Amino acid sequence: MKIIVCVKQVPDTSGKVAVNPDGTLNRASMPTITNPDDMNAVEAALALKDNTGAEVVVVTMGPPPAEGMLRELLAMGADRAVLVSGREFGGSDTYATSQILAAAIKKIGIDKDDVIFCGRQAIDGDTAQVGPQIAEKLEIPQVSYAADIKKDGNSITVKRMLEDGFMEIKVQTPCLVTCIKELNEPRYMSIGGIMDAYSKEMQVFDYETLKDDPLIDPSTIGLKGSPTNIFKSFTPPQKGAGMMLEGADKNTCAKLAGILAEKHII
Amino acid sequence: MEYNNTDLAAFKNVWVFCEQRQGKLMPTDFELISEGRKLADELGVKLCGLLLGDKVEGIAKELGGYGADEVILCESELLKNYTTDAYAKVICDVVKDLKPEIVLFGATNIGRDIAPRCAARLHTGLCADCTHLDIDVAKYKEFLKTNSTLDVEASQWDMEDRNLKMTRPAFGGHLMATIICPRFRPSMATVRPGVMKKAEFDQKKADALKITRPSFKLEASDILTDVLKVEKAAKQLVDLIGADFIVSVGRGIAADVEKGIKIAEDLAAELGGVVGGSRAAIDSGWLSADRQVGQTGKTVHPKVYVALGISGAIQHKVGMQDSECIIAVNKNSAAPIFEVADYGITGDLFSVGPMLVEAIKAAKEAK
Repeated sequence: MKIIVCVKQVPDTSGKVAVNPDGTLNRASMPTITNPDDMNAVEAALALKDNTGAEVVVVTMGPPPAEGMLRELLAMGADRAVLVSGREFGGSDTYATSQILAAAIKKIGIDKDDVIFCGRQAIDGDTAQVGPQIAEKLEIPQVSYAADIKKDGNSITVKRMLEDGFMEIKVQTPCLVTCIKELNEPRYMSIGGIMDAYSKEMQVFDYETLKDDPLIDPSTIGLKGSPTNIFKSFTPPQKGAGMMLEGADKNTCAKLAGILAEKHII
Repeated sequence: MEYNNTDLAAFKNVWVFCEQRQGKLMPTDFELISEGRKLADELGVKLCGLLLGDKVEGIAKELGGYGADEVILCESELLKNYTTDAYAKVICDVVKDLKPEIVLFGATNIGRDIAPRCAARLHTGLCADCTHLDIDVAKYKEFLKTNSTLDVEASQWDMEDRNLKMTRPAFGGHLMATIICPRFRPSMATVRPGVMKKAEFDQKKADALKITRPSFKLEASDILTDVLKVEKAAKQLVDLIGADFIVSVGRGIAADVEKGIKIAEDLAAELGGVVGGSRAAIDSGWLSADRQVGQTGKTVHPKVYVALGISGAIQHKVGMQDSECIIAVNKNSAAPIFEVADYGITGDLFSVGPMLVEAIKAAKEAK
């Protein structure tokens, strides 16, 4: 059994975010992290590996420095890594990205009892689209928003969260599951893992590697092959400063309550 | 491979996928039908609800009352519970047959499961979790004038552009992006629940609704996932989106979590509202996930939003900054939450909170 985990390196938007004058993100000024939901997907794969001895393959699409992130995931316990990288892939929207990642996964190979794990969504785009779109391109079933995953034989059972409850879903392998943070607590890299990380296999798939796959067509990958385009990007205006009330005592609170009553808000 | 880019003009009408769970429509269906009505009017086309399920004809009428001209109804026992496989097959088949120009989905857990699957199969573009939609360029320019820092008149505009302009926050709300899908149809979007305004219900329109039943093929063997059970959450979930008053807490209550939440509950009770929280409060396990306000939680626009001990990270602000009145209490006078607050008090929530409860009680009694 093999578990393929799709991960993404993202700018850490929880800290300070720099925006260029033209309204694009100044990525160079921001630290990068492994997308948080993807860490839950990696942990789910490693936990399954602990129980079944499955092989864990981590795959990402991104620029060459994403190799550093993959080495960290190898240090956590993944067995090998694939970096999908090429100029031809740049500017891809979710549709085009899923074409490329699906082609890369086909190249890695999916057998009857394999599974693919993804994070629910990445914190830079927040789309949650690439996982389901990879599943469609591979013509395998998907289960999104997984809060629990159990493997038994040729099927897995997933607790799929809804806003108002959950579903329990049994799905045949191979299949794709997207993971949410409630699923687990990602482990840390181990000392031994860090020692081993550089001796583990790291493959790079570029356009040449993947070009024979029917999914890889210049008209369906990269910026030109993306169905969606950015029409405008902009920063929201700062709301005008409100009223700062003086003090923090009974009088301050009475004044505020008075204003709210006067404006018929309360 | 078949692409939907040969004859864009063959695609007509605006569709809204109307999600139902256990035979009940979702609140976001009505928001989307109301918004879809405006888009259909701008394009001069019909607005259709797309309703899938088992014996759900009875709930279709209501969609007419909010503006749908027609409901496209696909009923089958195999559509009783949501499965990606069955729903994607039926939706893609009827879209290919009937060729809508626009298809909207609610950005619920189910909407965000089905929409990308369909977009990938139909070879078209999908924009996730939109917060604003436009057709008309003149209206879009007006939107930008109040909602962006762009110099709108300085750019060149093609006023004849009829693409759906789908606007959404990116990078946790630091940037806004407007996405188009110019070469393929339908244009597809998932729309964030709670953002679009629901229209007034009109009984006459509900009575005039037309129901059509397109033919589709669906067999048990098409479904590779097996729904073993569907469970509702045991406890009543809080309705943040529908609340008029929300009192939220953040990291500031860390010193005494129990007391902090009690203060928020007291204030919420006095205002007739509910308690919410920032991501820090939810990630720390102080409040359940259904109470999270922000980019990864819910977008709210209550009459009054009180932020107690919330610093105001952009990812929080993006979910609450459109509230009608924002009151912030924070020890740090430089906290970013004060940038969006209508009224700010620099102080300790543990002392200010209870005084505010008393002051509001007194002000109400004095009326």
